[in-house]
Amino acid sequence: MSPALQGLITIIIGVGGCVGYFYFSNLFLDKVLFPASGPNAGRNINRAGMIRPWLFLAPALIALTVYLAYPVVETLRLSLTQRVPGGGYVWVGFDNYRKMSGEPKFWEALRNNMLWLIVVPAMSTAFGLLAAQLSDRIRWGNLAKSLIFMPMAISFVGAAVIWKLVYDTRPVDQEQIGVLNAVWLAFEGGPMSVLFLKIVPSLGLIAFAAAVGLIAWVFVRPMLKARDQVGGGTIPLRLLVAVAALWLIYMSLRSVIGLAGADLPYGVPQTWLTIPFWNSFFLMIVLVWIQTGFAMVILSAALRGVPEDTIEAAIVDGANPFQIFFKIKVPQIMGTIVVVWTTITIVVLKVFDIVFAMSNGQWETQVLANYMYDKLFRANDWGVGSASAMVIMLLVTPILIWNVYNARKEMR
Amino acid sequence: MAELKLKNVEKAYGEVKVLSNINLDIKTGELIVFVGPSGCGKSTLLRMIAGLEKITGGDFTIDGERMNEVPPAQRGIAMVFQSYALYPHMTVRDNMSFALKIAKKSQPEIDAAVAKAAKILQLEPYLDRLPKALSGGQRQRVAIGRSIVRDPKVYLFDEPLSNLDAALRVATRLEIAQLKESMPNSTMIYVTHDQVEAMTLATRIVVLAGGGISQVGTPLELYERPQNEFVAQFIGSPAMNLMAGEVIETGAQTRVRLANGGEAVSSVPTLAADMGLKVNIGVRPEDLVATTGPAIFTGEVEITEALGEVTLLYFRRNGGDAQVVAKLPGIHNDVRHTTVALGADPSKVHLFAKGISLLYR
Repeated sequence: MSPALQGLITIIIGVGGCVGYFYFSNLFLDKVLFPASGPNAGRNINRAGMIRPWLFLAPALIALTVYLAYPVVETLRLSLTQRVPGGGYVWVGFDNYRKMSGEPKFWEALRNNMLWLIVVPAMSTAFGLLAAQLSDRIRWGNLAKSLIFMPMAISFVGAAVIWKLVYDTRPVDQEQIGVLNAVWLAFEGGPMSVLFLKIVPSLGLIAFAAAVGLIAWVFVRPMLKARDQVGGGTIPLRLLVAVAALWLIYMSLRSVIGLAGADLPYGVPQTWLTIPFWNSFFLMIVLVWIQTGFAMVILSAALRGVPEDTIEAAIVDGANPFQIFFKIKVPQIMGTIVVVWTTITIVVLKVFDIVFAMSNGQWETQVLANYMYDKLFRANDWGVGSASAMVIMLLVTPILIWNVYNARKEMR
Repeated sequence: MAELKLKNVEKAYGEVKVLSNINLDIKTGELIVFVGPSGCGKSTLLRMIAGLEKITGGDFTIDGERMNEVPPAQRGIAMVFQSYALYPHMTVRDNMSFALKIAKKSQPEIDAAVAKAAKILQLEPYLDRLPKALSGGQRQRVAIGRSIVRDPKVYLFDEPLSNLDAALRVATRLEIAQLKESMPNSTMIYVTHDQVEAMTLATRIVVLAGGGISQVGTPLELYERPQNEFVAQFIGSPAMNLMAGEVIETGAQTRVRLANGGEAVSSVPTLAADMGLKVNIGVRPEDLVATTGPAIFTGEVEITEALGEVTLLYFRRNGGDAQVVAKLPGIHNDVRHTTVALGADPSKVHLFAKGISLLYR
């Protein structure tokens, strides 16, 4: 039988089965189990009404239990056991976690994940917001939006292949097919190279440090002012933000100094994905490229929802376009920004395909999900693999809860 | 302290002119009300004065300084929006101090200005609340407070009361009148479609219609000496009755024979050349009285509406004639389905030829 026909039959059976389940189970409830007639009609109607929601929810509940709840419990169990040669398991307690924490590759993955966690949601949201704001004001804005949104339609693996070609390297004497190397070879060490490869990136890093400092200041300032009341619960969060910001500022300023003294290998094609530390960023760009479209679409809708009156009032009050954007528009869509940010954060924590397809975790680009896959299916170490899966879940859960909380707040 | 001058101001969207030939002098301390039917351009004119809409022709000056291209913030104006336009993420205090912060005023200066405005508007207990925790009337007051703190030359109000319920509207109207009273030197421009607001608040009313100014004048001028049929019918409720006729006697008083068979005498003087002129007479419902002498209008009362202090009598229409309405003091439900003859004092009978009052030709 042709596969297309098989597919069609499967669809018909599947959809028909669903419709049939709801129709016939409802019929059974109303006509056979608690018929709305006879001496107990009233009581039966009430009982049928109580059972009906559970009847309709049952398929979803069963599917969630079998495919979501059970695997979580089973993974937890596996992470606490060890397979013995010849079949069977032994209980080993936290041995797998201890073993995992002794592996440098795990810490590398965790560190990279943290880096992804900071860079990708921040860049995607920032670029998305920028694209949303700018494309709303030009005539061909909708075309620009479609182009920016398009990567969303490409699978992660497809995107990874595209970008692998961008980063591609050929020997010196051959034509470079990778865009990045083609651009790189255009720099020969003259003044333009210094401008574009040292001064501009340095300015970018300093601007980033300044932006981080500004955000930290916004968080810390209320604690220093007597007039504004600060809820006691937020103080640790504010301090955490401040410490993280200080670290980021230190890192970026150190990079500026490093960049100033660096002796760049002009004229030599680079194998970008093997340059430690920076290669993680080359991978992150792929996800930023994909997620910016998502952020832009949601934020664009939110920006359009900002009442025009408040913007006009701000114009009359004398605010310039930057003040209108940052003090009037952005605060009003803050809830949406948080939802977009956390949604992307969850995607980032689970990132697997891009790393798997582009570097497979080599050259210090490992991330947790790829580490898990590595342990679980390549090394066949189910214990450690499951343990790393539990770590990912532990990291995702609080963000997920916060995300759902914020999304619900937005809907109210 | 501000004098506004609009000279041949016009607004066009591409080829379509929505406002043209707007000439208006506004003096310091006046409260000018723009009224007109929906779509007459009154809000557009206000937004042009505010700087939110481009002025496509003519000159607009404040205190002699041309303002056509000046950005809103530097015109010395403050605006209260119909929807209040409060910044939802800022407390009442921050809402009121936003403009001052943008202008880089010192903190003590800002605090003093906010405290003063809050005192005038009785907003002191709410300064640290967000707009969503305020009632409609309180929000309106915050919006007004936001203008006061800036101490502008000109206050602009864009239908500020239309989002309030009836009782609150009356109370807030009074508050605005008191506010104006306490700031005799401030100039205010107020847009509304509610003629009661216009009549009660205005020093002068500007009636806008069909993309231009129909008449400018004090509320009583507009009521007693309307320049044209549009103003005559727009000001006053119910609208002025208009009846077609022909001049049959001229002089210090004019006699008109009406198409409905009645006869009216008006104290509007006419020239001998006006003999036989086709005119519309206009009589306000409240000026019609029952008469035993020569009647302007005789008809059967079809519907009565007793409002307590007055009763409105709606007469049966004859063919294509306009509805005639009379407004009599007291309650008169018993005249329903009876035939009544109505007359009016000659000084209350207006004459219009081709839509324009004969007083102004």
